[in-house]
Amino acid sequence: MLRRDEEIRGATILRTMADATTHKQRPKYLSLQAILFEIRLPLAGWVSILHRVSGLLLFASGIWLLFLLDRSLSSEAGFASIQRYLGFALVKLSLLVLVWAYCHHLCAGIRFLLLDLDKGVDKAAARASSIAVLVVSLALTAFFAAKLW
Amino acid sequence: MVNRIVVGAHYGLRDWLAQRITGLLMALYSIIVAVVLLSGQPISYAVWSDLFAQGWMRVATLLFAASLAWHAWVGLRDILMDYVKPAGMRLSLQVLVLLVLAGYLGWAIQILWR
Repeated sequence: MLRRDEEIRGATILRTMADATTHKQRPKYLSLQAILFEIRLPLAGWVSILHRVSGLLLFASGIWLLFLLDRSLSSEAGFASIQRYLGFALVKLSLLVLVWAYCHHLCAGIRFLLLDLDKGVDKAAARASSIAVLVVSLALTAFFAAKLW
Repeated sequence: MVNRIVVGAHYGLRDWLAQRITGLLMALYSIIVAVVLLSGQPISYAVWSDLFAQGWMRVATLLFAASLAWHAWVGLRDILMDYVKPAGMRLSLQVLVLLVLAGYLGWAIQILWR
C-alpha cells in the first residue's frame, strides 16, 4: 500500500511541476531593461561579472600603463613629468579606477582558484567569500588612494 | 558528452590551466612588488630606477608580462566567444587582441632592457 501511495504522490508532484512550467511565459528574451532592472544577480554573480569587466578594462588600459612605466623609467626628467601628470585629479582618478580593477581582479581570481579546488563551494561560504572579495578590493583601493594623495 | 575521448584533444584544458597558473604567478609577483615598494623608502626616481635595474626584477617583470599576455589572451578570447557571434568579426577581433598583446609584450621588453 505504501508503495502505491508514494507513486500517487510522485505523480502529483510531477503534475504540479509540469503546470508550473506551462504557466511561465516562454520564451523569455533578455533585454537591456531585464539585465539592468529585472534580473537581480546574487553577490557571487556581481563578483564574477566585475571580474570580467575589470579584466577587459585592464587590457584596454595596458597601453596607458606602459606609457607611464616607460616615461617614469626613461630619465629623472621623465619621472618628474609623470609625477606632475599624476597630479591632475582626472589622471589620478583614472589610475585609481585601474587600481580598483587590479585589486578586484586579483581578489576575485584568488576566490575562483579556491573554488576550483572545491574550497568554499557551499552557499553560505560562497556568499561570504564574495562579500570578502568586494570589501577587501575596495579597502585595498582606499589604502592605495590614501598613498596616492 | 559522456563518451568523449579525453586523450588526443585539449577540449580547452590547456588554456584553462594556463590561465590559472599565469594568474597565480602574477598574484605572487604583485604581492612581492607591493611589499618591496611599500616597505622601502618613498619612491623617488633613484629608488624606482634602481629597482628596475636589478636582474631579478627585470626577469620577474618579464615573466609577469608574458604571463599577463597569455592570461589576457584566454580571458579576452572567452569574452569574444561569449558576446561576438559573427565568425568574421570575432576572428578579426581575436587577431586584433593578439596583435595588441604582442605589442604590449614587445614594448615591456624594450622598457626593461633599455
